[in-house]
Amino acid sequence: MKETVIKTEKLTKKFGNFIAANAVSFEVKKGEIFGFLGANGAGKTTAMRMLCGLSTPTSGKAQIVGYDIYKQTNLIKKNIGYMSQKFSLYEDLTVVENIRFFAGIYGLSNQDIKDKSAHLIETLGMQNESKKRVGTLPPGWKQKISFSVALLHEPKIVFLDEPTGGVDPLVRRQFWDLIYAAADKGITIFISTHYMDEAEYCNRISIMVDGSIKALDTPVHLKHQFNAKNMDEVFYELARGAKRRE
Amino acid sequence: MRTIRFLLQKEFTQIFRNKPIMGMMMIVPIVQLLILPLAANYEVKNINLAVVDHDHSTYSQKLVSNITASGYFRLISFGNSYSKAYQLIESDQADLILEIPPDFERNLIRDNKQKVLIAVNAINGTKANLGGAYLNTIIRNYNEDIRMQFVQNEKKSPIPLIEIKPVNWFNPLMNYNLFMVPGILAILVTMIGSYLTALNIVKEKEVGTIEQINVTPIKKHHFILGKLIPFWVLGLLVFSLGLSISFIVYGIIPLGSLLLLYEFVALYLLSVLGLGLLISTYCETQQQAMFIAFFFVMIFILMGGLFTSVESMPPWAKIVAKLNPVTYMIEVMRMIVLKGSGFNDILPHLVKVLLFALFFNSWAVWNYKKTS
Repeated sequence: MKETVIKTEKLTKKFGNFIAANAVSFEVKKGEIFGFLGANGAGKTTAMRMLCGLSTPTSGKAQIVGYDIYKQTNLIKKNIGYMSQKFSLYEDLTVVENIRFFAGIYGLSNQDIKDKSAHLIETLGMQNESKKRVGTLPPGWKQKISFSVALLHEPKIVFLDEPTGGVDPLVRRQFWDLIYAAADKGITIFISTHYMDEAEYCNRISIMVDGSIKALDTPVHLKHQFNAKNMDEVFYELARGAKRRE
Repeated sequence: MRTIRFLLQKEFTQIFRNKPIMGMMMIVPIVQLLILPLAANYEVKNINLAVVDHDHSTYSQKLVSNITASGYFRLISFGNSYSKAYQLIESDQADLILEIPPDFERNLIRDNKQKVLIAVNAINGTKANLGGAYLNTIIRNYNEDIRMQFVQNEKKSPIPLIEIKPVNWFNPLMNYNLFMVPGILAILVTMIGSYLTALNIVKEKEVGTIEQINVTPIKKHHFILGKLIPFWVLGLLVFSLGLSISFIVYGIIPLGSLLLLYEFVALYLLSVLGLGLLISTYCETQQQAMFIAFFFVMIFILMGGLFTSVESMPPWAKIVAKLNPVTYMIEVMRMIVLKGSGFNDILPHLVKVLLFALFFNSWAVWNYKKTS
């Protein structure tokens, strides 16, 4: 049995009367690729922000790599990587400068920064682009750099909030290669997405409807359970009942 | 410390790459210092004067020529109808009417007494006031000249007259630039400090990069210092640039200690940076930040005694001025640059600016949240 890296119990976030995330409970094991699905406004981003320490829960419990979500946010932050749907590198800095900056504020040593950025640029095959400003690169490249930067400090979990929004299928494919490579190294991947083909790539998926988790299992089991041909049908079956619309 | 080094490196790289901002930081001090002191001048010239002369005597002629010779007035009409002159005021062609009554010369000599009428177009308050005052002075001088003649001619004892001879301390030639330039330097530092800080932080919110910073274990005070230090340095640089321009162009050399001046500016910058930071914690978009920063800076500048002295404000406005860091900055600039004030003279100001710095920064730090 692999160790549990994310454990939530009835995690809830309210904004006034609005319950964005309602008693969310689940567990994620080390090295898992955990898909986090749901329609727009279902509460995915809210839940993910709580897990990353960006937002304080209203009630409920959660532990991330063994640290308490209320009291030990700084320890959590040292051990997680995060990549949001908004592109989050500095566009007016070059690829190398971005790597250096983020590695630096995570406290990596100068030698480490040098080695890692050289390695990263080589892996991504970006020798020619390393001195270019990030803003001038195509979206697919930016996404890949973002993901690699989120892994620089060797986190135990990486949270990806709709990372592949707006990129072409080829880049998405390449992006998933990076995800698999990271998961092989034992890094837990927590990913939210709207693409059902991507859902099939996950080890387990949860589907959120109106702030609560309505289904949680492997893609194969879910299809069986809902008697569906593919994930699209599963998702449709569940999301159809949603009352909330963005 | 190492974290701050990375933050500063990133911040300075970004600022120096931002060509429009860099350009503006050079242009703003140059333009403000070259144009404002020359244009925003209280000295009123070219006052349009309409003279209505009902007397047509040697004396009235002499009065009018005295007035035009002063260089402040432009004689635009000379006639004998008040209503015509009044039409000129109505059509905004004239600012002042001087009406010389009939028998001006005769009454002046025989009765030793005469009255003239000055009508002022008060729409432009400053011009009207000063124009009226200039005209008064000229007429008084003219009056004295005439008395002197009588005294000599008729060997009468002169009527004692109190003559006022002002001596202008600290600015003997009443050089207007000397008064304005230190004030404009104060404004420059205020603008750079507050606008740039506020916009810089809000930009990170808008683009979303702040989210990426917030998921890192970076400490709140590291992040804030990383934002404040670059603009503190830039503020001091722009101030030095402004000081150099005021020396090169206007020959202004601070009478007091340059070190003391820098010490005060360094502290003052902390308070305006704090204001910028505070604004940024309440704004989500650069548009909001710009508008709010503009509002405060405008009020601060108008209430800070740059154009109108704080002493002549109504009591309630004096309170506003006292709650305004810019007031102290402008005062201290003038004190050190023009009067050569020392540390003890500016100590009360120093303390107040320190309090402002503490107030704005602690409020901003308190309101700055890494989590929601």
